[in-house]
Amino acid sequence: MSELLRRYGLPLTTAMTLATLVWVVMMVVLPYFVMVEYSFHRNLTVTEIGGPRDVYTLENYASLFRGTDLTAWEFSDDFRVFLRTIWGSALVTFVCLVVCYPVAYYLALGTSKERAAFMLVLLVIPFWINEILRTFAWFILLAYNGPLNAVLQGMGIIDAPVRWLSGSGGVIIGMTYAFLLFMMFPLYNAIETLDRNQVEAARDLGASTWRVHWRVVVPHAKPGVAVGCIMVFVLAASSYIVPYLLGSPGTRWFTQTIYEWFFEASDWPRGAAYAFILLGLCVAFIMVMMRVFKVGLTDIAK
Amino acid sequence: MGETVELDRLTMRFGDFTAVRNVDLTIQAGEFFSFLGPSGCGKTTILRCISGFIEPSEGRVLIGGRDMKGIGPNLRPTALIFQNLALFPLMSVADNIAFGLEVRGVGRAERRKRAEELLDLIALPDSADKRIAELSGGQKQRVAIARALAVEPKVMLLDEPLSALDLKLRQHMRAELRAIQRRTGVTFIYITHDQGEAFTMSDRVAVMSRGSIEQVGKPADIYDRPQSEFAATFVGENNRFEGALAALDGADGVVETNVGALRGRVVGDGLKPGDRAVLYVRPERLALANGGADAANRISARVTHADFEGAFANVFLRDAQGRALILQLANDGNLPALDTGAELRLGFASAQAIIVPPGERARE
Repeated sequence: MSELLRRYGLPLTTAMTLATLVWVVMMVVLPYFVMVEYSFHRNLTVTEIGGPRDVYTLENYASLFRGTDLTAWEFSDDFRVFLRTIWGSALVTFVCLVVCYPVAYYLALGTSKERAAFMLVLLVIPFWINEILRTFAWFILLAYNGPLNAVLQGMGIIDAPVRWLSGSGGVIIGMTYAFLLFMMFPLYNAIETLDRNQVEAARDLGASTWRVHWRVVVPHAKPGVAVGCIMVFVLAASSYIVPYLLGSPGTRWFTQTIYEWFFEASDWPRGAAYAFILLGLCVAFIMVMMRVFKVGLTDIAK
Repeated sequence: MGETVELDRLTMRFGDFTAVRNVDLTIQAGEFFSFLGPSGCGKTTILRCISGFIEPSEGRVLIGGRDMKGIGPNLRPTALIFQNLALFPLMSVADNIAFGLEVRGVGRAERRKRAEELLDLIALPDSADKRIAELSGGQKQRVAIARALAVEPKVMLLDEPLSALDLKLRQHMRAELRAIQRRTGVTFIYITHDQGEAFTMSDRVAVMSRGSIEQVGKPADIYDRPQSEFAATFVGENNRFEGALAALDGADGVVETNVGALRGRVVGDGLKPGDRAVLYVRPERLALANGGADAANRISARVTHADFEGAFANVFLRDAQGRALILQLANDGNLPALDTGAELRLGFASAQAIIVPPGERARE
């Protein structure tokens, strides 16, 4: 603060501080505050406002679990969607990790810097196209009479067309594609800082390829793995457009449930409560990853 | 115990560039052998061929008589110590040392025991659970040696591992490396551009230039009887006199230079009278000849400046033709006045000088 004062003088410092404050309050604090407030209200009619039912309550949060009986293995519809979102996002995260690790390793240590840069650009180019268009392209690719089935049939790998879009398969494929780079870059950045000599030293001491990765490369890449997993999981869990386009009625995502409570049931308090439950899930995942990979916030910020 | 390492017409090309050219060499079991040469001379390439990280373009590498073709670095009986050591920063000291045992499936307790034995060997007890970052440069050095020794290699390959250390520690580690080599009997192959390192530790040294071996021999042979201009100029300081070979007289030859005829021993092959030839004489083999000492060769030169080092003085001179010369005088308590411009008469015996054919010289 004193540094700012010394450099820019009082008027400019005041202006900048105020602008930042306004931005933070208006754009960050207030909207969240309003939604938090909403989430603890009942969805009241106009006449009920100010009446005896207009009190703070946890009902909206509890309603996610209502009708769920774990002992009987019964779940409410919304809770089932919530669980599917967790499971699906975790699966997308895992698939992204498995797909990206070899590529990131190759780009970081297996090829020259120039070629790696060139290939990274090639990887990025498709992402200059709008996410909706890219997702829609997958909708076409995966269609029952689409090119993927045609190619697989032509090659004799499958006898009859596969309904890719009727289960969760389409959503998982689409999300893996959509969020691939959010895994690729943290992994690449982490592996890239590994001294090649470490890999050679491990090899020279007799380690097999598998063990070189397990004992040297992966431990070094841990912060990158953690960041990539966090990014992909959070993006997948909060994705709306991919499940909307590539999902089927049986594979709704929790974001769709939230949308429906807001705009189809017009129950904003419950929609807000669900949104915070999703936020809580993401925060919990981040904390679990930090604990599992023993990385701190500073490692992740890198 | 160590194994022999044979390089059989070893050639390594990278695209159009030939890094190593037709190297034929046998390194004895249990020998401390150094490759000495400037950067880019191919010595590291040879090391990588022996360790198995690259396959030679032509020729063979044999360890203990066994052809190493197609055998990966993880399956060769070698252990490499990297220039930057390449210790694993995320593992403890003990885990680093025992890594080679871990990949061989040795149990945890046995690994711990071996690591502690090796820590004793390198005089670093009670460091097993330290992190690598807690060690000093010299300690890291020793851990790298212990990690390599843990896999009981037949051949230890060292890629300028001392270059990051300061002078004192470097000199200490030379003695230590030599002692460890003697104690274990492992064949040590050492890469360096520092002749002091090569000479103090090695049984034999190969001087390399541009992918070829210029000369192989004991350190004293390399120093006293360099067989090429490159070896004469890369190793130590030298005074150079070029001219025509006037006559051959048994092992001696006379070179007609622009400061007169100088006599020395011919060490290069194939020199005939009339050929261009170069005579080299070391700074410490030049003597003051003011008292009319009995020397075969005499030159006079003027002092440009002198550095008094204590035990000796380095005197920089120019002869009548403007040629820069260097003279090292032992301080026997009677050093003459070495003022700039003073004229000194120098002499040297023919046995102190060598004559080689002209060739490539090492760049300063």
